[in-house]
Amino acid sequence: MKLSSQILTSSETFKANEAAHLQALDQVSAAAEAAALGGGEKSRARHESRGKMLPRERVANLLDPGSPFLEIGATAAHGLYDGAAPCAGVIAGIGRVQGHEVMVVCNDATVKGGTYYPMTVKKHLRAQEIAEANNLPCVYLVDSGGANLPNQDEVFPDRDHFGAIFYNQARMSSKGIPQIAVVMGSCTAGGAYVPAMSDVTIIVKEQGTIFLAGPPLVKAATGEIVSAEDLGGGDVHTRLSGVADYLAEDDAHALALARRAVGQLNRAKPTTVQWETPEEPAYDPSEILGAVPADLRTPYDIREVIARLVDGSRFDEFKSRFGETLVCGFAHVKGCPIGVIANNGVLFSEAAQKGAHFVELCSQRNIPLVFLQNITGFMVGRKYENEGIARHGAKMVTAVATTNVPKITMLVGGSFGAGNYGMAGRAYRPRFLWTWPNSRISVMGGPQAAGVLATVKRDAMERAGQEWSAEEEAAFKQPTIDMFEEQSHPLYASARLWDDGIIDPRKSRDVLFLSLSASLNAPIEPTKFGVFRM
Amino acid sequence: MFDTILIANRGEIACRVMETARAMGVRCVAVYSDADAGAKHVEMADVAVHIGGSAPAQSYLKGDVLIQAALDTGAQAIHPGYGFLSENPDFVEAVENAGLTFIGPSAKAIRAMGLKDAAKALMVKAGVPVVPGYHGSDQDDGLLAKEAEAIGYPVLIKAVAGGGGKGMRLVEKPDDFFAALKSARSEAKTAFGNADVLVEKFVSKPRHIEVQVFGDGKTAVHLFERDCSLQRRHQKVIEEAPAPGMTEEMRTAMGAAAVRAAEAIGYAGAGTVEFIVDGSEGLSPDGFFFMEMNTRLQVEHPVTEMITGVDLVEWQLRVAAGEALPAAQEDLSINGHAFEARLYAEDVPKGFLPATGTLTHLAFTPQTRADSGVRAGDTISPFYDPMIAKVVVHGPTRDVALAKLRAALAGCQVGGTVTNLAFLGALAGHDGFGQGDVDTGLIARDIDALTVAPEVAPRHAALAGMAALGLLETAAETGFHLWRPLRRQVLLRWDDGEHLLKVRVSSPDKQIWSVGDDDVTAEQRAGRWIVGGQIAADVTRAGDAITVFEGYGLTFEVVDLLDRAAGAQGDGNLIEAPMPGLVRAVDAKVGQVVAKGDRLAVLEAMKMEHSLLAARDGTVAEVLAAEGDQVEAGAALVRLEAEETEAAA
Repeated sequence: MKLSSQILTSSETFKANEAAHLQALDQVSAAAEAAALGGGEKSRARHESRGKMLPRERVANLLDPGSPFLEIGATAAHGLYDGAAPCAGVIAGIGRVQGHEVMVVCNDATVKGGTYYPMTVKKHLRAQEIAEANNLPCVYLVDSGGANLPNQDEVFPDRDHFGAIFYNQARMSSKGIPQIAVVMGSCTAGGAYVPAMSDVTIIVKEQGTIFLAGPPLVKAATGEIVSAEDLGGGDVHTRLSGVADYLAEDDAHALALARRAVGQLNRAKPTTVQWETPEEPAYDPSEILGAVPADLRTPYDIREVIARLVDGSRFDEFKSRFGETLVCGFAHVKGCPIGVIANNGVLFSEAAQKGAHFVELCSQRNIPLVFLQNITGFMVGRKYENEGIARHGAKMVTAVATTNVPKITMLVGGSFGAGNYGMAGRAYRPRFLWTWPNSRISVMGGPQAAGVLATVKRDAMERAGQEWSAEEEAAFKQPTIDMFEEQSHPLYASARLWDDGIIDPRKSRDVLFLSLSASLNAPIEPTKFGVFRM
Repeated sequence: MFDTILIANRGEIACRVMETARAMGVRCVAVYSDADAGAKHVEMADVAVHIGGSAPAQSYLKGDVLIQAALDTGAQAIHPGYGFLSENPDFVEAVENAGLTFIGPSAKAIRAMGLKDAAKALMVKAGVPVVPGYHGSDQDDGLLAKEAEAIGYPVLIKAVAGGGGKGMRLVEKPDDFFAALKSARSEAKTAFGNADVLVEKFVSKPRHIEVQVFGDGKTAVHLFERDCSLQRRHQKVIEEAPAPGMTEEMRTAMGAAAVRAAEAIGYAGAGTVEFIVDGSEGLSPDGFFFMEMNTRLQVEHPVTEMITGVDLVEWQLRVAAGEALPAAQEDLSINGHAFEARLYAEDVPKGFLPATGTLTHLAFTPQTRADSGVRAGDTISPFYDPMIAKVVVHGPTRDVALAKLRAALAGCQVGGTVTNLAFLGALAGHDGFGQGDVDTGLIARDIDALTVAPEVAPRHAALAGMAALGLLETAAETGFHLWRPLRRQVLLRWDDGEHLLKVRVSSPDKQIWSVGDDDVTAEQRAGRWIVGGQIAADVTRAGDAITVFEGYGLTFEVVDLLDRAAGAQGDGNLIEAPMPGLVRAVDAKVGQVVAKGDRLAVLEAMKMEHSLLAARDGTVAEVLAAEGDQVEAGAALVRLEAEETEAAA
């Protein structure tokens, strides 16, 4: 039952692994720290000089003191828009307010006035998606000039663009998921609908404004000259228009009012799973850095990771003698029961069948699933195709796609090809998807992709009777390899919100727990699977 | 022995008496006013009788009600405690007329000591030394000078009709006598229309030393002396026994004089003979003079108990029940040294104003004898003396006892009200006091140094912040963050200012606090917080009030952000009661136009009348209190109309 680690923490390999992981971690950490500073020193100083709290302080003062904050997309938009939108100009994450887990979405006005870049929209929508899936109240700390005009084509018109924010608010409100807005700055044009669409809205006196068109546009349209405060300030909206409900003295007061509003929600977390008494793992989670090889190509036993994540390092492994490249089993994370599905090599037919079986078990029992993804893909070759590996893979994909238990996915290594699907990749809507700094994601490995392209080209050239030297082929392959290397990097992935964020592997256990805890705010609906190809 | 006694008192003395009585197998009847319905002495008693309203005149001073309560409950005796009716001879007579025993002296003895001049004459007759002086009607200059010579310099020339220092002159040496006499006479003549003067010995370094006596109506013994020189405006602050520097010779002389005094009036029970002692050149047997006799058990009786091993309340009960004196003089001896410090709910920076409040927390060190009439959760009401406890310690020597007193005061934990603890602590640490160099002027001379408010260091503020945000108790996920902990803030009020503190919670065991320009790290090790490099003091929170138990209790207030209603009136318009008290007069009338400095109301507290003045010109909008109202500190009394500075935007 209790896993037994084979790792020697004093070994050179351990230390080398750890050093390599720490280096990868530093790169992400530096990016996250920079993103957390928002629009830079000058705009932060200007923001504060107006008596406004910095956005991260707003979040902190909304949350319970010492509350965990599970931030979403901490490095979103990293390297995009020439670095103009650190953190995508919006902070999002789950924290506790009066003991309730809530989704906080906080505009960062120090980043281009809090305007919405494409990734800002995507992050805001992702935060709402998480809130809706997990039944989390939403608190919007609004301070935004609305759509970023130069990027309007990628922000405004499409289904998953700006309008979806308000669509989501209405839909969530209709499901009884509270929507609370605190207007702490501008709320212009479309942005005006965030407070207007909220169940409860608080506005800061002589600081928050809400209007469909600001003074310049009003003047251009009708010639009326009016101040922002008279057009749509806190006094106007709480006294005359009724667009906002509470008038706050300042940011701190507004956040105190928002905390009180959350305290009035009269919500209780449903009972969904049988909690056990939490227990620390027998192996220190911080040893993960040394236990996991630095090089993705080096195979290792995924149980070394599981042993450092789960309570007491106890793991009830299911079908351990069958389909051994997929490790399945029951465990607990801080008392929460989970079903673990973890890769331990390439997926074969048996492994896929076992995976499907295990998903069915967990669905039957309402046990949340945790996917530890380190997958190069399904096995290829005539034998496997002929025995129907696609059919078996499809069973696993069907099970993963249709189960209603919460799924949490963690990319602990490679995420390549169809393996990504079976292991609850982004498209399979896990409630949360986290990545490690050493992880890589792409349709296939860079060298394999370059090899495929080279083979196609070589075949064409040979048909045309042309020669292709080894050097020429290598030169041809290199850009593809480089492109894959860049695009499969977690910072590249996270910048585009293919995941919910990169995490420090040593914090995986906490992240899993907080993700599970957030997920369990929603009742677990009974699962109805699709047709399994037998 | 009595089967049942009634204790006609409240607070610590009622509890003190009950403790001994119950140990002796005597049932105790407590009495209580409205305000004391849930008090500790009521809880301790076997039977409790409600006797009336909160004001003493409606309850603890109503002799007939007390006597009826005793009769109704089958009590055979009444113990008066101290204060209230304890030295009221009419009450003593009423008690005896009702067929009950008064645990204390006879009405006659009380009356004998009640009139100061008559008492002094009585003492002179009994051979008890009084302050030497000439009180004769012959006002001849030469005679007065001769009398002064006989009394011994320095002397005081005082107007016979005088008061308030008018017509009073201190004369250090004979050469100055006639000039001083002339100016004293002239001033007396102007002020009082009477130029007659008296001459008295000037005690240049007065000490207050009193002797505990105990009589059975015929004979008396003494239980040595107490030094009560540490006084502030005639209120005793710290008492000790024996008196520092006391010689055996002088002790014998004082004790004998005190016994003579008691026997002269046929004293029964516990009493105290107070002397003024000239401490200018050390103690000498001819340097003490009778002041007055207190015909009751004193507040400071515990120090005597600590050094003699005698339970004075037990003696009181036994003698009142008819037993002979429990010990002869030769059986009594002094063991070690004892101190008592009087812990009060007082606002020292505001001139020792009595404070009120609910004691959210009350704890003493195990080495302390704490005589207290209140418990955590009790309220210090404005109706009675705001004593919280008497902190009593005993040690083999004065040095050890004083060290124990300092430790006891440092270890005192009082939450929910301001106290004089820091003042007591400063006094216990006073050099002169430490050396036994005391006199009744010590506190007044050094009052500034003794009332320096303990300074709030950043680590104290950080600790208060931790309590304010509930960060002293942490869970496994406390402070979880992916990359950088968020920075939260909390607004605290202390030293009459608001301070914004910020904190990053890095983990369940680590927090970085910013207090002004200082960073303070709080780390938890083995279940204890180390804040700013030092083990964190205990801290309590009750409502918005936080007390850090260091520096004799540092108090902080959490500013509740929700109290800042936007758009509400800022209340510079309110005139509030600065302390709890009785509204004596209300001058303001609704609609009245007042000028800055006009008196709007008068509040009486601690026998002082406080005029509440208009802070600005304006019009009275509302009068919120009426004459005769008993109000709490901060109660709104008068509201002025808001100034028209902001028109509607």
